[in-house]
Amino acid sequence: MTESEPRTSGEKEPPVNKYEGKLPPLNIFLHWCKGCNICIAFCPQKVLEPDRDGKPILAHPEKCTQCAICWLHCPDFAITSNYK
Amino acid sequence: MSNLRKGKVRLLQGNEACFQGAIYAGIDFYAGYPITPSTEIAEGLARELPRIGKKFIQMEDEIGSIAAVIGASNAGAKAMTATSGPGYSLMVENIGYAYMTETPCVIVNVQRAGPSTGLPTKISQSDMMQARWGTHGDYTAIAVAPSSVRECFEETVRAFNLSERFRTPVTVLTDEVLGHMRELMTMPKPGELEVMERPKPDIPADWYRHFEMTPSMVSPMAALGEGYRYNVTGMTHDREGFPTAVPSEINEKLNKLKKKIERFADEIYKVRTEMMDDAKIAVISFGTVARATHQAIKMARERRVRVGAIQPLTIWPFPDPIISDALKNVKKIIVAELNMGQMVNEVKRIAPRNAEVFFLGRYDGEVMTPQQILDKIREVK
Amino acid sequence: MEKEAVVKEKEVQRSNVVHHYLRPKKKFPNVWCAGCGNGIVMGALIRAIDKLKLDKNDVVVVSGIGCSSRIPVYLDFNTLHTTHGRAIAFATGVKVVKPRLKVIVITGDGDAMAIGGNHFIHACRRNIDITVVLVNNKIYGMTGGQFSPTTTAGAFATTAPFGNYEKQFDIVKLASAAGASYVARGTVYHEQQLEKLIEGAIVKRGFSLVEVVSNCHTYYGRLNREGDAVAMISWMKDHAMPIQAAVKLPPEKMVGKFVTGLIHETDATEFCEEYDKLVERLKAKEAQK
Repeated sequence: MTESEPRTSGEKEPPVNKYEGKLPPLNIFLHWCKGCNICIAFCPQKVLEPDRDGKPILAHPEKCTQCAICWLHCPDFAITSNYK
Repeated sequence: MSNLRKGKVRLLQGNEACFQGAIYAGIDFYAGYPITPSTEIAEGLARELPRIGKKFIQMEDEIGSIAAVIGASNAGAKAMTATSGPGYSLMVENIGYAYMTETPCVIVNVQRAGPSTGLPTKISQSDMMQARWGTHGDYTAIAVAPSSVRECFEETVRAFNLSERFRTPVTVLTDEVLGHMRELMTMPKPGELEVMERPKPDIPADWYRHFEMTPSMVSPMAALGEGYRYNVTGMTHDREGFPTAVPSEINEKLNKLKKKIERFADEIYKVRTEMMDDAKIAVISFGTVARATHQAIKMARERRVRVGAIQPLTIWPFPDPIISDALKNVKKIIVAELNMGQMVNEVKRIAPRNAEVFFLGRYDGEVMTPQQILDKIREVK
Repeated sequence: MEKEAVVKEKEVQRSNVVHHYLRPKKKFPNVWCAGCGNGIVMGALIRAIDKLKLDKNDVVVVSGIGCSSRIPVYLDFNTLHTTHGRAIAFATGVKVVKPRLKVIVITGDGDAMAIGGNHFIHACRRNIDITVVLVNNKIYGMTGGQFSPTTTAGAFATTAPFGNYEKQFDIVKLASAAGASYVARGTVYHEQQLEKLIEGAIVKRGFSLVEVVSNCHTYYGRLNREGDAVAMISWMKDHAMPIQAAVKLPPEKMVGKFVTGLIHETDATEFCEEYDKLVERLKAKEAQK
C-alpha cells in the first residue's frame, strides 16, 4: 500500500501490519523515560511491561495496533513509533 | 511673541512636556494606570499615540502596566509607563525583572508625598532611594531628575536613550509641582536632540544569544517575531537566556548588570554647577528644589557670601566623581531636599574629609523656598 | 458509478513531530516529576501548533511561575518566562505591539487564578486575541503542595492540613462571565481532544482559554491518597463527560462528573482590531484636513 495512493472515503483503513518488517513497533528512549508507568497502564493491548526500574519493555510487539495512546500520553516524549 | 504663534515656543505643563519628550524619542507603546499626579501623561498619550499609529493601553493596575511595557519592549517597541509613589511600589518586582532580563523601558515617577497614600497632590522627593533600591536583589539603577518643564522633555528623551543604550529600565523622577506647573518652552526641532536605538544583532539567528557578552557588556537585542526565537526568563540565566545554577555564570550575569552601567557611567552622569569656582559653601539639590537653590545663591552672593550650587540631573548612578571634584575646596555643604534625608547620605559618602555636611529637609508637602535655603546658608556660614 | 469522493490525504503527524519543536540546547528529560501532566500538555500544544502549520517565528509562548510555566523554555518558539501571575499582562504587551504574532500563555491554577486573577479577568473582558492554556492540577506544585483557588473542598494540602475549608473557582464559568470568546476544558487523559481544543483556541479570534485538568500525584495525589499518575489520570478518564453528552444527561447522572470540550463560545470585538480601527479612523480624519 503505497503512501501516495488516495484512499476513497468509504474504504476502512487497512490494518497496519504489526510486526512484519524488521522494525519493532515502538522505540523507547530509556534515558528520557522516567518510568512513570502511564504507557504501560494505558496500552490497550498490554504490549509494554515494566522492567526492573519500571521502564517499559516491548514484551508483546506483535500485539501493537499502532493506536498511539502510549506516545501521545508520554510526558517525556520517550516513545516514538516506527510506523506512524 | 511670534514664536508662540509659530509653535516654536509653547506653554507646556510638566507632565505634557514629559510625554511630548517620549513622542520625540520615538515611543511606540505606553501602558499605564491612572494615579495622581501623573495621569496627565496617560491622558496626553491616549490622545497622541493613536494619531501617530502607535499603541496605548490602560491596564488594570500598575503591575499589569509595567508587565505590558516589558512585553512590548521585548516585542521591539520603545515602551514607557508613568506613575507615582504607590504605583512605583507596585511595579518594582517587574522593574527588577526588566533589570534581570535587560529590557529597555522608561518609568516616570511623578513623586508625591508619601508613604502610603500620603498627600496625592503635594510635592515630595521621598522616592529618591526607591529609584535605586526599590526592588530586591543586586542591580544597578539609572534615574534622572529634571527641574524645569523643558528638562522634563529633555530628560525623558535622555531616559529613553539611556534605556536603549544600556538595555535597562530608567526611572525619571519628577514631582507633583514640576508635573503640574506650566512654563514657556522652545520645542526642540526633530534631529536637534539625539535619539538612540537599541543595538540590533547582525548575525544569523542560530548564532544569536540574547545575552551575548560584548566589550560594552550590552548585548544586541532582537525583537520577538523576527526569527531569533530566544528565551527570556527572570531566573538568573546564562548568555543563551536559559536558567542556570552554575556559580561562574551567575557571577558573570550579576557582574554584567553592574559593570555595563558603572563602567560607562561617564556617559550617564549629568551635573550642573553654578558659581562653584570660588565657593566656600555648596548647596546640593535636585529637581524642583534646585530652582529654589538657584535663587537662594543669587541672593546670598548679593550679600557677598561665597556660595555655589550643584544640581545632579543624573541621580543614579550618583555622580560621585563630578560632585566630589566640585566639592574639592568647599568647607561647608548643605544638602537641600524634600524628604527626611536621602541624598544627604550619598553626599556624606563622598564629601571631602574636612568639609562639614548639613542637611536641610522639608517634608510638610510645601515647596522649599529660596529664603529657607538662604537662612540655612547664613546659619552655617 | 463509484462515487469518486477523494479524501484529501489526512496529514499524518509522525510520532516524533514533537521532537522537531524542542530546543536542542535544553537538557532532557524535562524537569517535571515522572508522570506529570505538564509533559502531556506540552505535547498536545506542540501537535496543535504543528497541525496549524504556524511559523515558529510567529509563535510567542509566555508563562508565569509554576510547574506548568516551565513549558516554554523547552519550546523552540519566542518564549517569555515572566513573573508569578503576570504572564497574561506581559502577553498583552507583546500582542498589542505585534498583533500578527500568535501569543500563547501557559499558566497554572495558582498562577492565573490566585495572584494573576486580576490580569486574567481583564484580559477576558478586553477580549484580546491571546490563547491561555491553564494547567489545573488543583495545587501549588512547585512550592510543595499548598492549596490553590481550585483545590476541591475538604481536600488536604500542606496549608490545609485539616482539609480545605475554602470554596473553589469554576474557571470556565469565571472566564465566560468575564467575556472570554472561547472557553474549553480538556484533560491530560483525552490528549487528542485536548489537541483539537488548543487548535480551536489558537485559531479563534479573541480571548481563548483552555483549562486542562492535570494530575499532581507528587503532592495532591499523595496528600489526598489519590494514587500515582496512572491512578489520577484514570480518574479523569472515568469522570470526564464531553459537553455533547453532558447536555443530554439529567443532572443526577452528572453528579461527580465534570464537563469537557468546548463549553462557551461567542463572537465579540477584539481589542487589537478595535485599536487599529481607531488608528485608521484618525488617519482618515487627518487626511481630510
